[in-house]
Amino acid sequence: MAETRRVYLDHAATTPVHPEVVKIMDHYMLEAFGNPSSIHSFGREARKGVEEAREQVAALMGATPNEIAFTSGGTEADNMAIQGVAHGRRDVGNHIITSTIEHHAVLHTCEHLEKAGYKVTYLPVDKYGMVDPDDVKKALTPQTILVTIMAANNEVGTIQPSAEIGRVVKEHGQAYYHIDGVQTYGNWPVNVDDLHADLFSASSHKIYGPKGTGALYIRKGIKLVPLVFGGSHERKRRPGTEGVPGIAGFGKAAEIARETLDQRIAHNTALRDRLISGLLAELDYTRLNGHPTQRLPNNANISVEFVEGESMLLNLDMKGIAASSGSACTSGSLEPSHVLLAMGLPHEIAHGSLRLTVGTDNTMDDIEDVIATLPDIVRRLRAMSPLYADKIKGHSAAPLTPAGEEHHHDV
Amino acid sequence: MRKRVLAAMSGGVDSSLAAALLKDQGYEVIGATMQIWPDVAPEVADDYGGCCSLVAVEDARRVADRLGIPYYVLNLQETFERTVIDDFVAEYTRGRTPNPCLVCNREVKFKALLEKALALGCEYVATGHYARVERDGASGRYLIKKAADRRKDQTYALYTLTQEQLSHVLWPLGGLTKPEVRKLAAAYGLPTANKPESQEICFVMDNDYAHFVGERAPEAFVPGPFVDTAGRIIGEHRGLPNYTVGQRKGLGLTSERPYYVVRLEPERNAVVLGHAEDVYSRGLLATGCNFVAIPELTGPRAAGIKVRYGADETPGTIEPAGSGEGPALAAGAGADGLPGPIVRATFDRPQRAVTPGQAAVFYDGETLIGGGTIERAME
Repeated sequence: MAETRRVYLDHAATTPVHPEVVKIMDHYMLEAFGNPSSIHSFGREARKGVEEAREQVAALMGATPNEIAFTSGGTEADNMAIQGVAHGRRDVGNHIITSTIEHHAVLHTCEHLEKAGYKVTYLPVDKYGMVDPDDVKKALTPQTILVTIMAANNEVGTIQPSAEIGRVVKEHGQAYYHIDGVQTYGNWPVNVDDLHADLFSASSHKIYGPKGTGALYIRKGIKLVPLVFGGSHERKRRPGTEGVPGIAGFGKAAEIARETLDQRIAHNTALRDRLISGLLAELDYTRLNGHPTQRLPNNANISVEFVEGESMLLNLDMKGIAASSGSACTSGSLEPSHVLLAMGLPHEIAHGSLRLTVGTDNTMDDIEDVIATLPDIVRRLRAMSPLYADKIKGHSAAPLTPAGEEHHHDV
Repeated sequence: MRKRVLAAMSGGVDSSLAAALLKDQGYEVIGATMQIWPDVAPEVADDYGGCCSLVAVEDARRVADRLGIPYYVLNLQETFERTVIDDFVAEYTRGRTPNPCLVCNREVKFKALLEKALALGCEYVATGHYARVERDGASGRYLIKKAADRRKDQTYALYTLTQEQLSHVLWPLGGLTKPEVRKLAAAYGLPTANKPESQEICFVMDNDYAHFVGERAPEAFVPGPFVDTAGRIIGEHRGLPNYTVGQRKGLGLTSERPYYVVRLEPERNAVVLGHAEDVYSRGLLATGCNFVAIPELTGPRAAGIKVRYGADETPGTIEPAGSGEGPALAAGAGADGLPGPIVRATFDRPQRAVTPGQAAVFYDGETLIGGGTIERAME
């Protein structure tokens, strides 16, 4: 491609690794390369890296280090929590409550458990993609062993009322409460006690750490059946030689996040707000998806009518701007987002969605670039769209959103 | 500014080389594979390496990486299902034998995919088809010409393309032979250089058409009579989609002289059987015709006629026989004929197994005149 300047606006997918993180990982690959289980000094050095990281990761969620088990990432943490509780509490009950907008790591795990005889309730969401704690309350039964609801949605950025849901679950008394916190951890304040969480999943690569590392918070006293069996690593909860460089890097990333969380939120919020208001001002028949105020500071998700998300995404890519749309299937092609459909968006509008997620490495120039680029792309694509031509002529009977009506300029 | 082209990459050696050649010719090439099939289980995906499958995507991605071009997988599942699959099942249900590659070219590769390419600012869609597209200086028309490698020539499956579509098409392999393609692919270091050819219909595993149709339209499998050419019932068949014109195997009949399927008669759910000589016909009626080299067929003219993808071309005469929009369709072709011009083709020598649902394509030397869907054979 001719473009040399590139703009990365897909931080909900993954983030660049912070240089400080790279430095510490280097140390645990080149110098302190021992096996943490070894008795000798090499082993002790490596063990120190893992335990330091455990403290750092715990501190960013208000937990104690002993409550942290390292995993290969958020997906494994979700699986470990859900399958671990399901199998460990089969004698207590067989009912699980989740929502329709969860990540596939949660949804597909629940579907798998359904085939094994568990009952799963998938709670609906409102038009902003929010779960109602009252719905959780109504869904709880004497058979309920687990409630698993994400802290914030990865696609539309809506922050869930996790603490309220937690209170409802605690009133029930029996069910464990798992939160897929991959999107909030490191991007938004998290305290597992305030949230009443028993289990909390976090990922390293969403917070400027390396890929292949995550963690599951397991409240003291909570029993899980492990997914894998082997040695006594991670208190037998997750056997296998620890991925020391990744874990140490994750720890460093968590420490940086904790020290800079306020600036990070302020920085991201300013960019996000300019991005949303800039794009909505430039483009008619465009709306913000997700909650206007209760949303992740880094997430902008818009639907642009008469245009496919895929076309916008690929055209932006050719201009060096990285965005996201829908969810990728095995082959890497796009499917309409199950989250937007669950929020009640018509199929064609869900199809025209675009997610832009900012990060600490972005500048206001990046945002202005997108605001200067995307509208031209949309205008060109609309010029080719028969639906848009019909609309211009006033023939369309589709439910439309003229500029200004459903917009949320107040974010 | 360099012209941008979307290279449709199926994961095979042909489309891989097409992309490589275009890049060398100075085009800005974007590689893309169509996702036309739902996600399948990994163990199924491993066994199934057809065009545009998961394995094909992985191969195409490797080629794109080798060439250093951007690569996308474009989701055309819905379009493919709605056009190619629906038509395939409907045609078998009607007692015809469809050619899904033709529908895929017409509705998916050179329509839906082309639209996506244009949306990406591309001027062309390129494929690895063995065919040539040329612009005729005198008439200004885009012509489809046979490939240099006549044995690989794929113009038969491309006759449906309109002038507008052809103005956005590149076929870089038209002047090459298959051995040359393999040699060049190896020289470019393409990971697909030695990949074996796949001949099966891409969406039908194990080439079991009847099973595929049966899963989607079980009601199409109603047992009915085998009748001979004199109208006598000589047995029972297992449902029309199990049979095609010219078929000898799998009839389950024993006789001194082998029986062949002469035609299928959906109106009375009958399969008409005859002997070898009964499977030949003098000509055919083709509906829904598209003309490439000429704006329309105004009178009789000599043409090479090809009635099946694998068949040899045979000399004959083609002449206009009305239009699918007018009363001629009802009179001449039956109510099921497709809209568009109708052509009557007469062979100089009778041809074997002229099969409704397949295409009849007409040539003038190396130039494709046009073609249509075979509505019926003329005895």
